[in-house]
Amino acid sequence: MRVTSLIDDLVAEAPVLTDGAWGTELQRRGLPAGEIGDLWNLSHPEHVEEVARAYVDAGSRIILTNTFRANRIALERCREESHVEEINRAGVAISRRASAGRALVFASIGPSGKMLMTGDVDEAQLTAAFSEQSEALAAAGADGLVVETMTDLVEARIAVSAAVATGLPVVACMVFDAGKHRDRTIMGVAPQTAAVELTEAGAEVIGANCGIGVEAYIPICAALASATNRPIWIKPNAGLPEFVDGGLVYRMTAEQFAGHAPALISAGARFIGGCCGTTPEFVAALRRRLSLVAPLNH
Amino acid sequence: MELENLKQRLIEGDARAVADLVGRALETGHSAESVLNQALIPGMGVVGERFEQGEYFVPELLLAARAMYAALDVLRPHLAASGVAPLGRVVIGTVQGDLHDIGKKLVVIMLEGSGFEVTDLGNDVSPERFVAAAKETGARLVGLSALLSTTLPAMGKIVRAIREFDPSGNVKVIIGGAPVTQAFADDIGADGFGRDATAAVTLARRLLPAA
Repeated sequence: MRVTSLIDDLVAEAPVLTDGAWGTELQRRGLPAGEIGDLWNLSHPEHVEEVARAYVDAGSRIILTNTFRANRIALERCREESHVEEINRAGVAISRRASAGRALVFASIGPSGKMLMTGDVDEAQLTAAFSEQSEALAAAGADGLVVETMTDLVEARIAVSAAVATGLPVVACMVFDAGKHRDRTIMGVAPQTAAVELTEAGAEVIGANCGIGVEAYIPICAALASATNRPIWIKPNAGLPEFVDGGLVYRMTAEQFAGHAPALISAGARFIGGCCGTTPEFVAALRRRLSLVAPLNH
Repeated sequence: MELENLKQRLIEGDARAVADLVGRALETGHSAESVLNQALIPGMGVVGERFEQGEYFVPELLLAARAMYAALDVLRPHLAASGVAPLGRVVIGTVQGDLHDIGKKLVVIMLEGSGFEVTDLGNDVSPERFVAAAKETGARLVGLSALLSTTLPAMGKIVRAIREFDPSGNVKVIIGGAPVTQAFADDIGADGFGRDATAAVTLARRLLPAA
């Protein structure tokens, strides 16, 4: 018998709409180039809350938290590692305030940014960092944890195990954008392998995020679904950006993006949202395309 | 035959076999230079091609790099003795505001594996530090990396700082990273753009022709 039934309840109402990108939304509100957005949980919580609320208003049933980089190893690079607990706690509190009971809060856990293979980090350090972050997010009251944008299966498994230890439901996602067919992670992990191993590690939901665009994730979604009985979570990029007049532009529109959603769902996706280049408008377009219930007014 | 075998073991990333075979090749009369130019550098070339074509992934690249470093450790005293100069000096770093260095590290590995001498400035590197390092090392090639689209403007600043320091254009600047495109490279006046570590080596060879 599984302890958590939250995921089962959500899947019963699938497709479940998740959220879109956070980093680019924070930049539009003035996050300076190169600054780690997670620090804004402490310095500019009102802007982070605006982003979170925009997703809830657009129809997200699950929103994430602005804590993608808030593990000790990533924060050490900007000498903010003494604030791990605070940044994560604030991240959950902000998303919780923005959701005001209208959406669940699944907290984001991103990669360490260091490679095990080069010896820049070891498994014990990864375990300590992901346990510390997971515990902080769980203590702050997250409804679930999302291990995302992973490329290395060993690191992903360590993060998932640390997250599972909190007792919260865990979503585990990797980025598939490399290899001849652009269907592996840069470390060479195939979707089927990821699905099997992350299921084994205890993730309740298996998925893919980021990547090279929404169309490319349709066969990847099917490959994930073929290798696990867990529900599938898909958050693709809005294609690849182009450089126009000194800035990056994602050419794909919200409607074009949402046009691929039915195919993703046929391929097995139960949770659906967007990654880089997507906005609250994309979430609203997904909601309309999938004829999902409009958000409650607040 | 011996050198072909060495090249194959390097492509497979077998560091121990590679170190042994380099030692044996030297003992049996191959020059350090021929080991480097006929086995190791072509071997890394194959590794780079396979990576570029999506047959190899980062782990295979790292294993080959490890084998290449093992080979260079054996070879280095002999190369110095025979007066073989590095292909050229390169200064490299991830630009100010960007803390990512995995991609840049792969470029360093491939450049070193191809015979360049590389000074790696790490990440979050200011225009001043790039200029100071170019001055200090006499490097004629500077490589800039960025993963965040938000740090792209820093690349433009660094190119301008280098042109100010070296108006004659002797120092070339190459750029790369996930959000970087050829159009962007042209826009900021960089001398070249490479989409991956292999492309960076090709560019470096073209821009730093052997003296």
